[in-house]
Amino acid sequence: MAIEMEQFYDIFFEESLEGLDVMEQSLLSMNSGSETDLEIINNIFRAAHSIKGGSGTFGFTEVAEFTHVLETLLDEARDGKYTLTEESIELLLRSCDCLRNMIFALQAKESIDTEQSKELIEAFNKILDEENGGGGSAPSAELASESNASAEDDGLKNWQIVFVPEPEVLQTGNEPLRLFKELAALGELSCKAHFDKLPSCEELIADECYLSWTLELKNSDASEEEILEVFDWVIDECKLEVKAVSGETEQDVEREVESKSAEVHEEKEIPNAKEEPKQAPKPVAAKPAAPKSGGNENAGSAASASASSIRVGIDKVDNLFNLVGELVITQSMLSELGNNFDMTKLEKLSSGLEQLLQNTKEMQESVMRIRMLPISFAFNRFPRMIRDLSVKIGKKVELIIQGESTELDKTVMEKISDPLVHLVRNAIDHGIETAEERLEKGKPETGHIRLDAYHQGGNIVIEVGDDGKGLNKDAIFNKAVEKGLIERDVQLTEPEIFDLIFQPGFSTAQQVSDISGRGVGMDVVKRNIKSLGGRILIESKIDVGTTIKVHLPLTLAILDGQLVRVGEEVYVVPLLAIVESLQIKSELVNRVSGDILLYRLREDNVPIIRIYEEFGIEADNVDIDNALLVVVEGDGQKVGLLVDELLAQQQVVIKSLESNYKRVDGVSGATILGDGSVSMIIDIPGLISYSSKRSRKRSHVKAA
Amino acid sequence: MEQIEVPDQFVDNNEFQLEGIDFITNGDQYLTFTLGEENYGIDILVVSEIRGWDVPTHIPNAPAHVKGVTNLRGTIVPIVDLRTLFHLGEAEYKPTTVVIVISLTNERVDRTMGFVVDSVSDVLNADVDEVKSHSSFGGSVPPDYVDGLVNVGEDIVTLLNVEQLLSLDDDHAEH
Repeated sequence: MAIEMEQFYDIFFEESLEGLDVMEQSLLSMNSGSETDLEIINNIFRAAHSIKGGSGTFGFTEVAEFTHVLETLLDEARDGKYTLTEESIELLLRSCDCLRNMIFALQAKESIDTEQSKELIEAFNKILDEENGGGGSAPSAELASESNASAEDDGLKNWQIVFVPEPEVLQTGNEPLRLFKELAALGELSCKAHFDKLPSCEELIADECYLSWTLELKNSDASEEEILEVFDWVIDECKLEVKAVSGETEQDVEREVESKSAEVHEEKEIPNAKEEPKQAPKPVAAKPAAPKSGGNENAGSAASASASSIRVGIDKVDNLFNLVGELVITQSMLSELGNNFDMTKLEKLSSGLEQLLQNTKEMQESVMRIRMLPISFAFNRFPRMIRDLSVKIGKKVELIIQGESTELDKTVMEKISDPLVHLVRNAIDHGIETAEERLEKGKPETGHIRLDAYHQGGNIVIEVGDDGKGLNKDAIFNKAVEKGLIERDVQLTEPEIFDLIFQPGFSTAQQVSDISGRGVGMDVVKRNIKSLGGRILIESKIDVGTTIKVHLPLTLAILDGQLVRVGEEVYVVPLLAIVESLQIKSELVNRVSGDILLYRLREDNVPIIRIYEEFGIEADNVDIDNALLVVVEGDGQKVGLLVDELLAQQQVVIKSLESNYKRVDGVSGATILGDGSVSMIIDIPGLISYSSKRSRKRSHVKAA
Repeated sequence: MEQIEVPDQFVDNNEFQLEGIDFITNGDQYLTFTLGEENYGIDILVVSEIRGWDVPTHIPNAPAHVKGVTNLRGTIVPIVDLRTLFHLGEAEYKPTTVVIVISLTNERVDRTMGFVVDSVSDVLNADVDEVKSHSSFGGSVPPDYVDGLVNVGEDIVTLLNVEQLLSLDDDHAEH
């Protein structure tokens, strides 16, 4: 049994983390103090309840206990007995963190650090206590009974339980009699049924429950929790009141007290969760066990396990299913055709092949779409971060998120999250001014940070913008000179100056702060983005703001390529990098500064790279005249690649060279062409830097 | 065609053997092949397949012994010519020239590579005590690549270290 449960752990962890995300987002969307939207509180409550239920089922008692306290407060809020203040929202957010840590610890099979949760539980209890002091009516005794439960456990107590089930309770397979039997096991049980709601015989529906009960449990050593546990499965379908009637055990005394103390004794109303769509453990159990490879249960695999599953909308899967169906039909059509083929069927064959092409293309697209996730997965962590940071540094910041439904490949998304965090932190710390400064400048007191994502061509563009002070060109320039990154007398264009902030060790922050300014960061951001095949651009105006645009390829798996031939080899040039292809006119070729060939392309001088020379192969054409030049752009620099022939344009699937070999300069990977042969994909920025390194080496050799 | 029935008891009591090929041995098994005049062997368990020579795609600026990469059912596999790597004989490409595809996954290496050899000879059984440490006379094969020597009749087979072969350690090859 234990083993069977374990296979659901992963699902529980995943769902709990998702639940926590929901909680966090809902909490953030709640404006403290103002009228709280009931729907939002319900959302939070539901998430907490699911986690509690799940953790209870799996025996993660620490989590269950903690969420229980959380739930109590939320329940109060839901019933309108308690208005969530800024303070309590903060507390709830912190408990999200705490729960997340707990779940991570469970995932890694480590022991849970209960210190944080204890602290939070105390804080919650304090809030509840205070609120009771003020409001007077609500459940301090409940809390007392909870916190003192262990203290009271030794004495025998009497309980009165009012159990009013919903009419549908029987339909869900919950038999009240079974519950009472369980209760009877906890102590002496006496039972009184109320018939007042019983309809007349004609109106009676056989499978509905019209009865309610008042139960008295005497001389029981059970705690309130234990009693509630009996009702665990019906809690959503009933009204339940559990009262500790008296500490004394004599029945007659108890009876006397009972009537008087009815109003005095606080009652705990269990969340009458009509809004609750399902009981917590159900979604966990209903899902099939994720096909995780069996033995990998050690702590090390936890991280990879969490990254290994993906949630896909059913429509995408349906679509894929349809396409596979079509593919099967095409396949059977073609094999039928092949069985007794003669030349008269040639036309049929070619149309069949065309259909196959269409099918595979569509399949490819929809498989790709399965890997695509809306960028909101990456954006969602920012509201919380901005809230925390703005409190921390005392700036008023508002976050505007746009285009969060833009879809992006999962692997790209995972790798872009951290750089984005960095950019946003920078924007808050360096970009946005303090409220006073802003007022002085005549700007609204609250700063804005804008996150935007959209598609542009085959790229996705992510923008991080702020309306802060903007980048100071002169300051950057001076700093770069000071750090010895550039010479004082060089002339740089604006984008070139802005680009300096991506140099390692560059930081213009006056102070190194907790948030940013250590000068390691922007260069890492740029490196990460480059490693994804993307680029990063900065637009900035003093006192208007800065916008950083990150261009990323939609996917890392497939590339639009131009096939070119050099000698006997075929190379793939990424289509996006190609500016134009042209035939060289010899009068436009200039030989400068010792054997460097420049081609005059309108205003630009484009250095010519001879691929055969860089890659050490034989080419058909080593003559510059009339040769084919593919002008490409990489890293903001244009170069011309000398090739023998331009072949087809096609989509290629990128395969790694590194998995079985190693990195090769000037090559970003390999692909397999239609005829089964392997072709290298040229890495344009890599080739440019490799080529310039080589020519520098050559000049050294010559000098020596 | 006449069907040959295999009596059940043969299969059941595990005595069903193929004659001529001794599958069951106590020692390790090695695939032997020739490079020029010499005989070499590698652990047979890492050999995933033997395929004919096919001109691979050139890798820019790769060392001379790395002939290029080829497509092995969708995987990009580098091809290394052992004759060039060990400076043995002529690196000719004849009909008998084959590529031994080796695949190894452990904590140090995780690679699949193809190695060009002149021809594949045999499967050799050798107990651990039959493997002799190789002489300290330096040949053109770097010592790291050699696990030991085995005498087979008149001939000597050099057993190669698979991990070293897959390590892509160019320093050794270039000296």
